[in-house]
Amino acid sequence: MFTDKALSFYGGIDPGTGKILERGHPLQGISITGKILIFPEAKGSTVGSWTLLQMKKNGTAPLAIINRSCEPIVATGVIMARIPCVDKVDIMLLKNSSKITIHDDEIITDS
Amino acid sequence: MDEPNLDAMDLMLSGESGTGTQIAAEIIAALAKVFDANGFVSIKSSQISGVSFKNIGEAGLEFLESLRAGGARSRVMATLNPCGLDLDAWQELGFSESFYLNQKRVIDAYGGLGIDATCTCTPYLWENCPGFGEHVAWSESSAISYVNSVIGAKTNREGGPAALAAALTGYTGNYGLHLDENRVPGVIVNINCPVESYFDFGTIGLMLGKQIGKDVPFITGLDSNVCTPENLRQLGAAMAASGAVALYHVEEVTPEARVMAALIKNGDITPSTIEIDAIEGMKDALPANMEGDGGAPIDLVFLGCPHYSRQEVLDVLEQLRGKDLKATIWIATARRFKQELLEDAQAMADLDPRVKIISDTCIVVCPIDELGITSVVTNSGKAFFYLENNEHLAVLYRDTNTCIDAAISGIVAITGEEGLHAQD
Repeated sequence: MFTDKALSFYGGIDPGTGKILERGHPLQGISITGKILIFPEAKGSTVGSWTLLQMKKNGTAPLAIINRSCEPIVATGVIMARIPCVDKVDIMLLKNSSKITIHDDEIITDS
Repeated sequence: MDEPNLDAMDLMLSGESGTGTQIAAEIIAALAKVFDANGFVSIKSSQISGVSFKNIGEAGLEFLESLRAGGARSRVMATLNPCGLDLDAWQELGFSESFYLNQKRVIDAYGGLGIDATCTCTPYLWENCPGFGEHVAWSESSAISYVNSVIGAKTNREGGPAALAAALTGYTGNYGLHLDENRVPGVIVNINCPVESYFDFGTIGLMLGKQIGKDVPFITGLDSNVCTPENLRQLGAAMAASGAVALYHVEEVTPEARVMAALIKNGDITPSTIEIDAIEGMKDALPANMEGDGGAPIDLVFLGCPHYSRQEVLDVLEQLRGKDLKATIWIATARRFKQELLEDAQAMADLDPRVKIISDTCIVVCPIDELGITSVVTNSGKAFFYLENNEHLAVLYRDTNTCIDAAISGIVAITGEEGLHAQD
């Protein structure tokens, strides 16, 4: 799942359902659960790290995260929640990929 | 890299200080790696978000309890961000006992880690106030903005757990805003319209945050006479909410602005430029079934995001004295200020029982849906930004006087396209 718009985990995503709530976001209403989530960076409240931990416990977390630029919300949240995360990626190259595999820090696409 | 720091971190990473401290050190080390840190710096204080049970849930509670069981304990001054309810007056405000008990579990878990149970987003107004140039690890976005920009302390925008890990180790990675080269502005914001009131500062903060993202702005065109600590607090809170601005400079106002102005003048840095010619109103966030004719009935007026100082609470009390209210008004502040005011018979004289000075919490982190509240008016750009996504709630953003009038009349005029823009 790809977006070129920043995501707000706290308030912008429902940890119960995994759906994006932020009004006007391109992914509004769509669930990120179980997806390899590609987005440039997180924004908004730093409480978002706990949201990632809660999503992990709820079973609504993304499978993995790929960022253009990890900031502290995601960097900490993924360590606590043990969500694989790859940083400093030119995400626009992945925009149209149909299948992505993450192995250690390497991203393999088949598109 | 500072060798003693390396040794101290290595010791903690090895597990010598217990598994709780080890986990904290792992978080600090991992973040340092992600951000290509230049070693570690020791910190003077920590401020920790992730306090509301609503925010952290059972998952967060289990995490905290595992740290305590692992022997971790705070090594610096550390205070908490607002939690899910007022720890004193939770029954009076309508919170459930089960919610209180869960919240108490969270506060106790932090207490067990040696962290002060002062739950406020403005601890710099009293006991947890860093000095210019000091390294700290803070996690409340509005407080980060304030201590970086207005005080000149140095903190990154820490996640709550990262600030917790910093408290438990006494260190944070030396990267980002701890390094002077990253504190220079990337964008100059020229404000070409009057910005005068608390409301104006919040509104322009919401606009700028959306445009700037996480860049460092150098703001010109603000009258230094109206750049009060209160107004700057509102500006920074809004920019940190709608964007990720952790540091801003205001020409001739903030402590690092002179150095930054010289860098710009000498051509040492070449920021981009944004021109702001008008303050845009914010659209009312109304449920689909609410029409825009007449006015919106208000359940709750909320002031104090970020938490008010003692004087700000007093100013509102003066305006409400002798008035009968039709809507409940919450004025949020730190627990110490609340207690001082509640014990001051003169301050509390002749006030409607609907006037509630609340502490430890705020409307953004409390379970507002459970209190039966369906419509809110606030003077806080930050609170508006976070509440407008709540589909069960009508949320109006107005200047302070309109909010106070709403407490008296129980109604706010709806403007349709835009929020009212009036003087405070």
